[in-house]
Amino acid sequence: MSPDRTPAHTTSPHAVPGQAAPGQWEQSGSAGAAGRGQDVIHNIGYRGYEGPRLGRGYARRALFTQALRGAYGLGRSAKSKVLPMLLFATMCVPAALVVAIAVFAKSKDLQVTYSEYVLLMQPIIGIYLAAAAPQAFSLDLRFRTTPLYFSRPLTRGDYVAAKYAALTAALFVFTAVPLLIMYVGALLAKLGVAHQTEKFAQGLVFCALFALLHAAIAAWIAALTPRRGFGVAAIIVAITVPYFLVSALQGIAATTDKNTAIGWLGVGSPGTLLDGVQSKFLGGPSGFPAAQTLDAAQGAVYLVVLVALLACFTTLLLRRYRKAGL
Amino acid sequence: MIAIESLSKRFPRVTALDRLTVGIEPGVTGLVGANGAGKSTLIKILLGLSPATEGSATVLGMDVATQGGAIRERVGYMPEHDCLPPDVSATEFVVHMARMSGLPATAARERTADTLRHVGLYEERYRPMGGYSTGMKQRVKLAQALVHDPRLVLLDEPTNGLDPVGRDEMLGLIRRVHSDFGISVLVTSHLLGELERTSDHIVVIDGGKLLRSSSTADFTQRTAVLAVEVTDTDTHPDGAAALREALRQAGVALHEPGPDGGRAPGAGHLVTLDAADESVYDTVRDAAAGLGLGLVRMEQRRHQISEVFTERSAGDVA
Ligand SMILES: Nc1ncnc2c1ncn2[C@@H]1O[C@H](COP(=O)(O)OP(=O)(O)O)[C@@H](O)[C@H]1O
Ligand SMILES: [Mg+2]
Repeated sequence: MSPDRTPAHTTSPHAVPGQAAPGQWEQSGSAGAAGRGQDVIHNIGYRGYEGPRLGRGYARRALFTQALRGAYGLGRSAKSKVLPMLLFATMCVPAALVVAIAVFAKSKDLQVTYSEYVLLMQPIIGIYLAAAAPQAFSLDLRFRTTPLYFSRPLTRGDYVAAKYAALTAALFVFTAVPLLIMYVGALLAKLGVAHQTEKFAQGLVFCALFALLHAAIAAWIAALTPRRGFGVAAIIVAITVPYFLVSALQGIAATTDKNTAIGWLGVGSPGTLLDGVQSKFLGGPSGFPAAQTLDAAQGAVYLVVLVALLACFTTLLLRRYRKAGL
Repeated sequence: MIAIESLSKRFPRVTALDRLTVGIEPGVTGLVGANGAGKSTLIKILLGLSPATEGSATVLGMDVATQGGAIRERVGYMPEHDCLPPDVSATEFVVHMARMSGLPATAARERTADTLRHVGLYEERYRPMGGYSTGMKQRVKLAQALVHDPRLVLLDEPTNGLDPVGRDEMLGLIRRVHSDFGISVLVTSHLLGELERTSDHIVVIDGGKLLRSSSTADFTQRTAVLAVEVTDTDTHPDGAAALREALRQAGVALHEPGPDGGRAPGAGHLVTLDAADESVYDTVRDAAAGLGLGLVRMEQRRHQISEVFTERSAGDVA
């Protein structure tokens, strides 16, 4: 295979004037764009690359980092930073207020627990997700950039894994940083280290579950809707409509005293599912009507459904890319 | 470089490749075929991205069925369709693609700067690609295929959508990819005549079947053509016809004026003949002198590949 690496200046039996002469092309090619002074640069010959090729694992990590940064508009135009940064600030300011209120009211605990805070901020998180997921998944499909990835050592699985992990991480940061603000504030206000640490840790677990599930759903929708704007709308609908529907049904169940029904209905939307999980397993207060909590059977079902949804949406996402070939 | 052995690809409704067997050597190889001939399908199989229905192929000595990842590390690919995000600059984009090929960040930046310069992109490389002309976009697409210094690049219809000037520039650049960079090239086109100056070797496929595979030099040199233009005189009001008659008697293989012979300006005054060896030049000179005709010009031409193939494929490939 080595002979082909030797520059073969003489192999062209049909060098046509102005066609194959090295150097000549670049000058005509840059006509209009390049200035005079660049002729010197032109003549630097081609240099091969003998350095390391770091392979799939490295490419996956690089793609993860790029997509994670992209979810906050980093490494993109100034305009793309505005929305994520604005939303991120909107996420953090109320957390600081929660701390301030606890300090001024001299209360023994924060008025809002960690996981509860995430659930309360769902509208903001939804908007962020609806912007970030299409950014991570739709653009490469819309502009047909995916073939360039798949023509490299990276596999489709690597691509999906890196992007999904990045969206999950972005969402985790989006929800966990406000909790960190609350936690640091609570410690500064001397609200009881052990208790706060336990609740904060539970809050972080909740953020992770929240991010994993929501990123999977949003990623799949975004990968199905390459067209501009469609993904944004579809994700907002997918996250809010089931949530309000389930909440409304739970409200009806509460007024008719069917309290176990409230628990069962909660499996029906990602938001209520996660609410049930955190009140049952992560020490948070229930956001359900009548502060209904789950019994043991319901708890088990919630966990099974959570895992099933994760498996389902990540599989669907992967399947989507099996088709999106070159 | 590439060995293709009885390769078939059948889709539910069409057979895209039909027991194709062909070998491709280092250098620039043109893969020519009409739309739907199976060129893009072949490239996808060679990249190890689409399994063949039957048959086998190796690229750089590696099996496409089992070593796709290793192949893709050392091969570059330029798709036929648009693939560039508009709100990113060429530099950012090519750096990212270099890293996706496994290059460390610093090397990716250096290689990107080098490669973009080699394809002829200068200040504009910092601007978002949405504002680029088709020619500039094609150069970025080529740059991302070259940035990791592959041993072979697969270019799918790189001249598509370019105007004649842009097309010539792209073809010249492709030639340089091999002559200056030492990277072998497999380049496709649906235009038969286009790749002849660029390629060392031409493979023609039609309906997924091999129509012909031969070295460009082979048939362009074998059929070197001499075109002679002479003046008319009072004794020979049609000088060309007189010369043609004289040469025919001298035993020179003449080309009959083609069906389009009358169309090109001055074509009626041209006598074209096979220049089998050097003595033909003397024969022509002597014949013209004998008839008292002025020799306006005598030039050597290469046969267009399309002419070579017209008899075989009845023009449907071109
Ligand atoms: N994914 C596919 N599914 C079904 N048919 C396909 C697919 N890809 C290509 N084909 C068919 O295979 C044939 C060859 O296509 P292609 O390789 O794209 O041709 P070319 O690149 O030479 O124009 C065409 O008839 C095309 O319609
Ligand atoms: Mg094609």
